[in-house]
Amino acid sequence: MKHPMLNALYPVVCAFILLCRPGPVSAQHEPAASIPAADLVQPADLAANLKSASAPKPLILQVGFRKLYAQAHIPGSEYVGAAGEDAGLQLLRDRAAKLSKDTAIVIYCGCCPWSHCPNIAAAYGALHALGFTRVRVLYIADNFGDNWVKPGYPVAAGG
Amino acid sequence: MADVRVIPALFCLAALALATPMLDTSFAHDSALRMAPDFTRTDLDGKSLSLRKYRGKVVLLNFWATWCGPCLIEIPIFTAWQNTYRTAGLQVVGISMDDDAAPVMRMYQKHHLNYPVAMGDAELGELFGGVLGLPLTYLIDPDGRIVGRYQGEPDLKQLEARIKSLLPRH
Repeated sequence: MKHPMLNALYPVVCAFILLCRPGPVSAQHEPAASIPAADLVQPADLAANLKSASAPKPLILQVGFRKLYAQAHIPGSEYVGAAGEDAGLQLLRDRAAKLSKDTAIVIYCGCCPWSHCPNIAAAYGALHALGFTRVRVLYIADNFGDNWVKPGYPVAAGG
Repeated sequence: MADVRVIPALFCLAALALATPMLDTSFAHDSALRMAPDFTRTDLDGKSLSLRKYRGKVVLLNFWATWCGPCLIEIPIFTAWQNTYRTAGLQVVGISMDDDAAPVMRMYQKHHLNYPVAMGDAELGELFGGVLGLPLTYLIDPDGRIVGRYQGEPDLKQLEARIKSLLPRH
């Protein structure tokens, strides 16, 4: 049974969410669930790749929010911008313009639980639309702290 | 037969356990954060916001952002709690982790949030052990101890019950 206060607040909450969408948001904003499972990479697998001396390293792009990146990010990853917003998506396109279409790229965000991430599917869709063929997405189920930092995978700060 | 000399020791251990403030199990490993670190920021109204000045109240410190869907579900509920429990000693404090203040200010003004909101940054995040995903909410007791850390979407019914149990004038 739902809490009476939550029941009473439900219409208010729905209206609030609809009215509060921030700023310009990309029309390509899609749920993360739209990304094919075959293109996902698990944190443990990416961490093992980074640890390996012989494995070729992908270009890793963070497509989320700067304040989160500044606190902790994957070493060597580049901050691009929040791909769920038009400005961030343009920054991603600008960065991609300098790359060969067969560049191995891993994108990640981790701002929110996977199903709520506003950035990751937009970034994935944009790179595919640009013709990139080797794009993989780091699957972060809950958030970057819980799924990457806490397990002890390598972290850098700043930027 | 059990050695009767261990009974006083067991009694002391039990007493110690009962006297120790209850912590959410998700937070218990993070003993370094039992006292809420103080910080001072300027809130969206231009007033000084210091965590220390809320000693004596239960503080619900909510890290959020306008781009965070689950955060937007919580905010009207926190606003309602602030109304309901204000006189009993609750103070909600919002820290936005948006990169830009403009959408935060729009939301704050349009929806008349009834508690102070300030812009956060990496330094403030690190003070709280890293704000590496949202929403993230801390429950702080009237003595300034962190008694709950809620990463992601908390059970709001349980959280409300916990707040009520801590309120000094409830």
